Amino acid sequence: MDVTGERPKHKALGLEDGDLLRIYRYMLLARRMDERMWILNRQGKAAFVISGQGQEAAQVGTVYHMRPGKDYVYPYYRDYAVALALGQTARDQFLSLLAKKEDPNSAGRQMPGHFSSRELNIVTASAPVGVQYPQAAGTALAFKIRGEDGVVLVCGGEASTSQGDWHEAMNFAGIHGLPMIFLIENNDYAISTPKTMQVAGSIAGRAAGYSFPGIEVDGNDVLAVYEAAKGAFERARQSEGPTLIEAKTYRLTAHSSDDDDRRYREQEEIEQWRLKDPVIRFERYLEEVELLDPEKKEEMAAQIQAEVAKASKYAEEAPFADPEEVLQGVYAQG
Amino acid sequence: MPILRRSSKASTRRARLTRKNLLQAIGEGLAEEMRADDTVMVLGEDVGKAGGVFRLTEGLMKEFGPLRVMDTSLAESLIVGAAIGLSVNGMRPVAEIQFADFIPPAFDQIVSEAAKFYYRSNGAWNCPITIRAPYGVVHGGALYHCQSVEAWFCNTPGLKVVAPTFPADAKGMLKSAIRDPNPVLFFEHKRTYRLIKEDVPEDDYAVPIGKAKVHREGTDLTVVSYGLMLYTVLQVAQKLSEEHSIEAEVVEPRTLYPVDKETILGSVKQTGKFLGVSEANLTGSVSAEIAAMVAEEAFEWLDGPVKRLGAPDVPAAAFAKPMTDFFVPSAEKIEATMLELARY
Repeated sequence: MDVTGERPKHKALGLEDGDLLRIYRYMLLARRMDERMWILNRQGKAAFVISGQGQEAAQVGTVYHMRPGKDYVYPYYRDYAVALALGQTARDQFLSLLAKKEDPNSAGRQMPGHFSSRELNIVTASAPVGVQYPQAAGTALAFKIRGEDGVVLVCGGEASTSQGDWHEAMNFAGIHGLPMIFLIENNDYAISTPKTMQVAGSIAGRAAGYSFPGIEVDGNDVLAVYEAAKGAFERARQSEGPTLIEAKTYRLTAHSSDDDDRRYREQEEIEQWRLKDPVIRFERYLEEVELLDPEKKEEMAAQIQAEVAKASKYAEEAPFADPEEVLQGVYAQG
Repeated sequence: MPILRRSSKASTRRARLTRKNLLQAIGEGLAEEMRADDTVMVLGEDVGKAGGVFRLTEGLMKEFGPLRVMDTSLAESLIVGAAIGLSVNGMRPVAEIQFADFIPPAFDQIVSEAAKFYYRSNGAWNCPITIRAPYGVVHGGALYHCQSVEAWFCNTPGLKVVAPTFPADAKGMLKSAIRDPNPVLFFEHKRTYRLIKEDVPEDDYAVPIGKAKVHREGTDLTVVSYGLMLYTVLQVAQKLSEEHSIEAEVVEPRTLYPVDKETILGSVKQTGKFLGVSEANLTGSVSAEIAAMVAEEAFEWLDGPVKRLGAPDVPAAAFAKPMTDFFVPSAEKIEATMLELARY
């Protein structure tokens, strides 16, 4: 992050001090919430955890441009910070993690990380990798048909770009100049498979073949991501077509609570990436522009810690749905 | 014919009838829904300028423009996936899969996505899409333009699978499918597109999904059939009546999933005999499921073995005409089986 110029970077991007603290808050909340999820798993309370640690900057930097309830997002299962930045809460995610009746994503039917909110236009997500891309293209096409300025954001990991669905959607988006943004959170791993075995050449470079811009950005630098996404959202809103953003980042945890990543990657590699942790990097920036001092940092940390503890406790005490509810809601009525 | 009229005004009026084939009736139903509702649209391969390979959507692009009648890229998963996304954002898309044989690339979008949207989001998101797919054996169609793939989708809760055979039903059921808040797979037997004409009401009407139809009443045996086989079964039933005084009750499920248990079981309980006839590979077919239902729930009423006729368990119909004809249950075979069962 460049803070050596006359104007801090965020000012040049049109971000106010308040925006920065909000962005920081979403990132930190996502991280602390995520860490708590793993503890609940180790305590035997959560059957399964899937994590977004390390990808908070890529997520918040992009989503911060969205108009919740107007634009649509198709998240993938690591997008906790996407959900939080759009208006879901830590409580929502703990309810989902513990599969409680009140879980707004699925009422205890889906694994955690399978987000859904009609009010926020977070379209229900699933587990097959890549299926969201053609759907997002269709949603963007509806905006185009009606001549509205809505934008659709669709997210996935680098491995999802191996799927035909991704290429079919990229092609379709290019043909019709659809108002959508493909955010690829390239975190280096698909469970154990490294990107070198997943991706030939460059992901961002593929966009050229579909006749629209592809941008490679440091996914651990929230302001760099924000800047890349800013142009992409502007293009989409002005009917100039889709943009692909490849945010280079790193999966700091194992694939899931059922995975042991010591089988396929070195601890040193993880330690190297921890030095580039997006939350810590952004803290450094905030300190440099004097928005964060030790006291303020402590205060926010305590606030978030309390929020996470309260949300977790609420979810732990919340009831399960009646088992027979598994039979309900197969078909929509009317 | 059970016709549900939308307004009381319409129900007091006599419906104007015009003779139409299946292709014309479905095309007309589609055009009417598009005129009545701006959110209804069509997407698929060659559906626009060419009007579809069977010319079912002929004239629609001219009337509704290239965005509401969209020629898509040749990518079935994209076609269905985009339809899902369109429905999420206020549209009522009718996606066309050019031949049912080419639906496998869209399987994930249909089975993992469209069918589960409502359930997995606890009712927050639904998926009102219609997927039309021509199926069934036609001479010259061979392995990849002849398959009956309906059973693949008939153990997927959340989907509705319909296969109306006659023009008036098809028009009314297409309207129901488009208006339904759930994903509906709409199978059309391509050999019947131009085969038989019947009077089709010009008024706006809908035929409900989930209701079977008794085409012919009888007391000696129940035959459940759909598609081209239903035509043959009805002809054979008439012949048996004239030549042997055997009266077969012929039931068309119209909706294959979820199936109308009540009508089928009611018929079997009355006749005591059941035969299922379809063109699909026999093992794991829709007939298999209906036969299991009959065996389980009408056992006490049965006076003969539960019987089925279908295609042999080989991959699909062959290109050579004699082999195609051998593949499909023949009128002779159907007649012999019906006669045997009636006399059992």
